[in-house]
Amino acid sequence: MAIIEIKNIAKTFGTYEALKDINLTVEDQEFMVLLGASGCGKTTLLRIIAGLESPTQGEVWIGDRRIDHLPARERGISMVFQNYAIFPHMTVAENIGFGLKMSKIPADELKRRVEKNAELMHIEHLLKRYSGELSGGQRQRVAVARALAMEPDVILMDEPLSNLDALLRLEMRAELKGVLQQSNTTAIYVTHDQVEAMSLADRVSVMNAGEIVQADKPMELYRNPATQFVASFIGSPPMNFLIASNTSNGFWVIENETLSGPSIAEQSILLAIRPEDVRLSDSGLPAVVRLVEPLGPHLLVTTDVGSNQFRAILDSDSQIQEGQKIFLKPNVERIRWFHPETYRAVF
Amino acid sequence: MTHSVASGKSIRFLYIASIVLLCAWVLGPLYLLAVNALSSPDTINQFPMNLIPEFDLESLIFFANFYGMLDALINSITVALFTMCFSICLGAPAGYALARFDFVGKELFRVIILMTRAFPLPLLALPLAVFFIETGLDDTAFGLSLVHTTLALPFAILITFSLFSGVPRELEEAAWTLGCNRFAAFRFVILPLILPGITASAIFAFVISWNEVFASAVLTIQNRTLTAFLLQNLDTAPLHLKFAGGFILVVPAIVFIFAVRKYLFAMWGISNR
Repeated sequence: MAIIEIKNIAKTFGTYEALKDINLTVEDQEFMVLLGASGCGKTTLLRIIAGLESPTQGEVWIGDRRIDHLPARERGISMVFQNYAIFPHMTVAENIGFGLKMSKIPADELKRRVEKNAELMHIEHLLKRYSGELSGGQRQRVAVARALAMEPDVILMDEPLSNLDALLRLEMRAELKGVLQQSNTTAIYVTHDQVEAMSLADRVSVMNAGEIVQADKPMELYRNPATQFVASFIGSPPMNFLIASNTSNGFWVIENETLSGPSIAEQSILLAIRPEDVRLSDSGLPAVVRLVEPLGPHLLVTTDVGSNQFRAILDSDSQIQEGQKIFLKPNVERIRWFHPETYRAVF
Repeated sequence: MTHSVASGKSIRFLYIASIVLLCAWVLGPLYLLAVNALSSPDTINQFPMNLIPEFDLESLIFFANFYGMLDALINSITVALFTMCFSICLGAPAGYALARFDFVGKELFRVIILMTRAFPLPLLALPLAVFFIETGLDDTAFGLSLVHTTLALPFAILITFSLFSGVPRELEEAAWTLGCNRFAAFRFVILPLILPGITASAIFAFVISWNEVFASAVLTIQNRTLTAFLLQNLDTAPLHLKFAGGFILVVPAIVFIFAVRKYLFAMWGISNR
């Protein structure tokens, strides 16, 4: 059982607070993705779990073992690095077997595990090569095989796909998910790529400025972002934000369109609408079309609603010209509402 | 247009001329030294000078049998080997620390390393000699190698610093997560990668000690190193002996430095060719 519990972890570099009171539980065999822009502290958090960085305060537990004071080698974790970190003076086989050799695993068992994991990552034909003779994708496979060969409780991955080209990244993403599901390890995966996060994760923790803003299932994040930051971060193109003013209890008006929403005692409210959650109509939000981008299955239309930019994904048959005035009818159930000062979701 | 082409040509001419001049500056004397060392004593003393080597080994053989030369050679090698060991054993950890840790005064430390070379050795020679006599270190290979180590250490530190900086930190961290402590990671991952560079740094320390003459001449009397021995004897020795001695001193230094040249460039941050 490898439940990872992160309790009150904080990290400061000098006066800079990289992490502020992080609490997170990763369930056994769960695939957790830490998602955030660069500098949000996600890699620092991963390195603290790995034992490559020590926290300023707080505790890390794996199962019933407290590990934050242990050196990296005693934590039962494996790590896959962004730049692969393949040892250049060893062959692929020696790389995969390195950790096993250090753990004094008997030679026949070592050989068996090297071959098994090489086969799993489809690199069995490369075992005698050196890293200088491998492509980026192959190096990545070696790095994953090396981590898996340790049969760790927890596998940590720091942007492992970010150095691969787009096509290879798609391929490796699917493969990585399959391999990790079979291996029964708990995984923590750091990325700044929201598509990667959504497609791989059982749960995603969105981080911003050293804090975990929301940790939830991918579709939950997408549908019910807890804060305005998550709403703007998840989804491409991002959500549209508009400010509506209070008319009567629970009704909000924007550009003469009245929408029913939560009842809070504020003069205004921030509402967020996904581009795909509107349709063309005879009435609704008045919009002036600025740009029409045909994307094949649909049109991405950039408009002005009042003085705000508003993107809509519309049916590709829609006859829309730039400069045209249209009306967009939002799907009221899909609108998310945020408090105008705290930027937290209100219902 | 024509003007710029012409000035381009003249710059190129200047460039090539400077290179030729610099090469002649270094290679000319070396060539003459080689020619004369490889000629018979009679040829050396005749006029005009001979510019083509005869490959006559008489001068060199005479030099090899010169009384005390062999002992001096052994002393030189002993001192150089000591210097090599001390420089690496002290320099490599310092280079590692500079490359891997942030500590207060790191920049100052790097400057101070170079500043040690700013002290003229003659200034230190007298107090050193007195101190060595008091402690009984005078006239020993060990004592002299300590002085030579202080000369070689700055280079050893800077070369190893650039070597360690060249090894990605992630490799070391990967080793830690794969069951290594700091020492094992160094032994199995870092060391194999930097071993060629360490060897070069060691050879460089060897050459510094091998070439050093001032401290050797002041601090040794009976157990002279080759440089000190030649300094003492050659001004009275016949011409062919001078050439042979000079040749024997220069050749190992040139061969070694040539072998490790790319690491010396690396020390100053110029990429390896």
